[in-house]
Amino acid sequence: MTDWTKYRNLTLAGLMGASLLSMPVAAQEGEPIKVGILHSLSGTMAISETTLKDTILFMIEQQNAAGGVLGRPLEVVTVDIASDWPLAAELARRLIEVDEVDVVFGCWTSVCRKSVLPVFEELNGLLFYPVQYEGEESQRNVFYTGASPNQQAIPAVDYLMNEEGVERWVLAGTDYVYPQTTNLILEQYLKDAGVAAEDIMINYTPFGHSDWQTIVSDIVAFGSEGKKTAVVSTINGDANVPFYRELGNQGVAAEDIPVVAFSVGEEELSGFDTTPLVGHLAAWNYFMSVDTPENAEFIAAWHDFIGDDSRVTNDPMEAHYIGFNLWVKAVEAAGTTDADAVIDSIVGQETPNLTGGIATMLPNHHITKPVLIGEIQEDGQFFVVWETDGLVEGDAWSDFLPGSMDLIADWTDPINCGNYNTVTETCGGS
Amino acid sequence: MRTAHPFRLFLVTILVAILAGLSSGARAQTVSEIVPTMADTNLRGLAAAVEALAATGEPQAVAVLEALGAGNLYETADGGIYIRAGSGPIRDAATGETAEGVAPGDLKLIRINNSLRRDIRAAIGNLTLLSDDANVRLRAAREMFGTADPANIELLDEALAEETNPSVRTVMEQARAAAILKTDVSEEEFAAAVAVIAARGDRQALGILNSNLANASEIERVNIEAGIARINQALALQGIGQNVWYGISLGSVLLLAAIGLAITFGVMGVINMAHGEMVMIGAYVTFVVQEIIRTTNPGLFDYSLAIAVPAAFLITGLIGVGIERGIIRWLYGRPLETLLATWGLSLVIQQGVRTIFGATNRDVGNPSYMSGAFEFFGIALTWNRFWIVIFALVVFALLLLVLNKTPLGLQMRAVTQNRRMASAMGIRTPWIDAMTFGLGSGVAGLAGVALSQIDNVSPNLGQGYIIDSFMVVVFGGVGNLWGTLVGAMTLGIANKFLEPYAGAVLAKIVILVLIILFIQRRPRGLFALKGRAVEQ
Repeated sequence: MTDWTKYRNLTLAGLMGASLLSMPVAAQEGEPIKVGILHSLSGTMAISETTLKDTILFMIEQQNAAGGVLGRPLEVVTVDIASDWPLAAELARRLIEVDEVDVVFGCWTSVCRKSVLPVFEELNGLLFYPVQYEGEESQRNVFYTGASPNQQAIPAVDYLMNEEGVERWVLAGTDYVYPQTTNLILEQYLKDAGVAAEDIMINYTPFGHSDWQTIVSDIVAFGSEGKKTAVVSTINGDANVPFYRELGNQGVAAEDIPVVAFSVGEEELSGFDTTPLVGHLAAWNYFMSVDTPENAEFIAAWHDFIGDDSRVTNDPMEAHYIGFNLWVKAVEAAGTTDADAVIDSIVGQETPNLTGGIATMLPNHHITKPVLIGEIQEDGQFFVVWETDGLVEGDAWSDFLPGSMDLIADWTDPINCGNYNTVTETCGGS
Repeated sequence: MRTAHPFRLFLVTILVAILAGLSSGARAQTVSEIVPTMADTNLRGLAAAVEALAATGEPQAVAVLEALGAGNLYETADGGIYIRAGSGPIRDAATGETAEGVAPGDLKLIRINNSLRRDIRAAIGNLTLLSDDANVRLRAAREMFGTADPANIELLDEALAEETNPSVRTVMEQARAAAILKTDVSEEEFAAAVAVIAARGDRQALGILNSNLANASEIERVNIEAGIARINQALALQGIGQNVWYGISLGSVLLLAAIGLAITFGVMGVINMAHGEMVMIGAYVTFVVQEIIRTTNPGLFDYSLAIAVPAAFLITGLIGVGIERGIIRWLYGRPLETLLATWGLSLVIQQGVRTIFGATNRDVGNPSYMSGAFEFFGIALTWNRFWIVIFALVVFALLLLVLNKTPLGLQMRAVTQNRRMASAMGIRTPWIDAMTFGLGSGVAGLAGVALSQIDNVSPNLGQGYIIDSFMVVVFGGVGNLWGTLVGAMTLGIANKFLEPYAGAVLAKIVILVLIILFIQRRPRGLFALKGRAVEQ
């Protein structure tokens, strides 16, 4: 949905600017704008990231069909980071220096983002990062279109506490930075809410863990002491299938011990039979089952593009959809693809999301999102049982951790800082 | 025809809820009156309808509630409510009779959430406690034990008066005791209830006793504490048994993954980094077999694994022969090059599978006999793990038989012990090499069939097992199948005993450190080969 008047004005401005240099310019002509895709197309993460690459290709095709950006066509440069994080940094450098892309959409894991950050900072590139993450970060060149903990984890815990009356908590996660930080925040949040330390069990497992017998029986034991128990799962993608299978086999029903997951979406569920999982929960900002005209249109167009009606859509795809549209708006507002100009113009840009709300780019480079809690259904889709009243603003620095509660991020003047301390009024952390 | 007016339906629903609440004296609603209110309503409306249905006491109410709980209750646009299990006949929910003229396409599923599912379970429990079927009564009594609602005591007393089945009776008494503990009763009754619960002796009983500890009087407290101590002791014993079983189960998975490697690496001495990919291909063969069965003959689904086992063995075995003939035979005696070549091969196979089947996980279903669990002296054993343990032991026994009792096995051992002498005796050594490698790969394919039942079927499946497999073979002693068995079981059980104390991450690290120390002391593993083969 292009803003046509603005678009025409910009085209006119572009024409005037170009005619000064006495160069003939028309729509779809001129030098193409290069868009970089920095996702894993092989290795462990290919399972999740291949779809995101396709999403950006899909968005670019649609944008080009609608006349490109600033009257220039978009051209894509795809690289495969092969789930190898040092390689990701190298390829990010190549994208910006050699291929001279104007914007990059990429990464899934936090470690990937952390490895490419210095490159984007040094070369002043733009990165749109589409996955829910642990927060505690805000960088001038990065736009976080996935959820921060206050847009996913905290509302999910609130739902369980208030609606399901949960009193005992199992925080189960894969052993890396996202679950560790999220669980740190959640633990503090629960303790602040009056949950005793002995009512919280924290458990970490290695990547790709497949033998869940001991852990599931521990959870059952923990949950059979007379208090309502729930599992908050930050278990990463691949390990979820055997985890849920073990839950089902040991007879853990969602009515007794619900599991709320932050990394399980439609894509992960398409890998197995969901009958034993019915009723377990997931917290996201988008579900494929959300019934809005925007979503129906997006799904239909996506199925057309990919040529397969059985392909699902998921939350990180919506994040890329929003991120791409925000970038297009920012470039059109700035009239150039220059990184500094786009960074200035993107804050405050708005675009409709797929769940009937508006996503706004905030000064801390996070966006506004609704929070939805869905129950897994037999067809692998989610039934939304709860959602926040309005949109929640992404918070870069958690208010529940001692080290970060005084920090804010604001990339507009006069602060212009990713870790501004509101107490000492200086930039540079706590 | 009836059109659905949301507001009117809402009013009706509220009315239903009020009626159900006050209805001890008033006329109870009938199922046919309640069912229409379930159309075009929200979760709250459904909760009211469930409560009203529970109050009717009619058998059809049970059918409606069960359908709602199982996701078999549908509504149509004109406000009709129908029951349909799977692709069976469509029945009218109010009467239970087959409905005419309703197309399956018009049916819209009525969705429910967890708290509603709990309500439904409790309601079914109330409605079926006096059923004629002992199993139904047992389920109802268990449900009541879980909810422990004092409002049920009267109903339980009524049921107990007629109950003759001893096991149902026990559960009913326990349910009654759990409910009694929540009420104000005399000290004798309280003590009796505590005794009943303590006799149950499981975790649920422990939970109930623990939650009553705080509001018990001084004398009762002694009773409860004695009960808790008794249960804890029993649970500690059970815990040890459980860890041993989990260890055997993990060990059997390790054994399956490593046993093929025990042949290619252990017997032949080929460092085969593509071993994990053979496992992965075995899992994908299972997937393809299941896909074919699903599209051609769904009735055979329970036999899919029986078909996949020989198919996976043959396919991965043939691929193994191909690898040996194509790559490995040029590299004998050059371990570093073999390692690099097979590692490269593993990447090629992974990416090939990713290109053919896609990067996402593939859905391999559990046949009915592979899902669920059964109880064995208080330990919950899951069926899929149980069958995998059996399968691993059978594969191990067969392999032992092949190596020790067949001509092929004899020739294999001869070739690996003294290639030139074997050749001189007329054995075609290149052919034996290919067969040995094929056998090892085929066994890896068998492991893939088993692992498809407990792990993700994705291109990365094999990577997760390759290190563990080498660890098991080296630890058990290269070249010795019994060593692989003992090594796998030792590692599995040690891991599971460490896990509750150290956590899954630390347990794995500790095991690795212990193996390194062990290899320092005994470089040839648990069961070292003796004799001339060692000198080579």
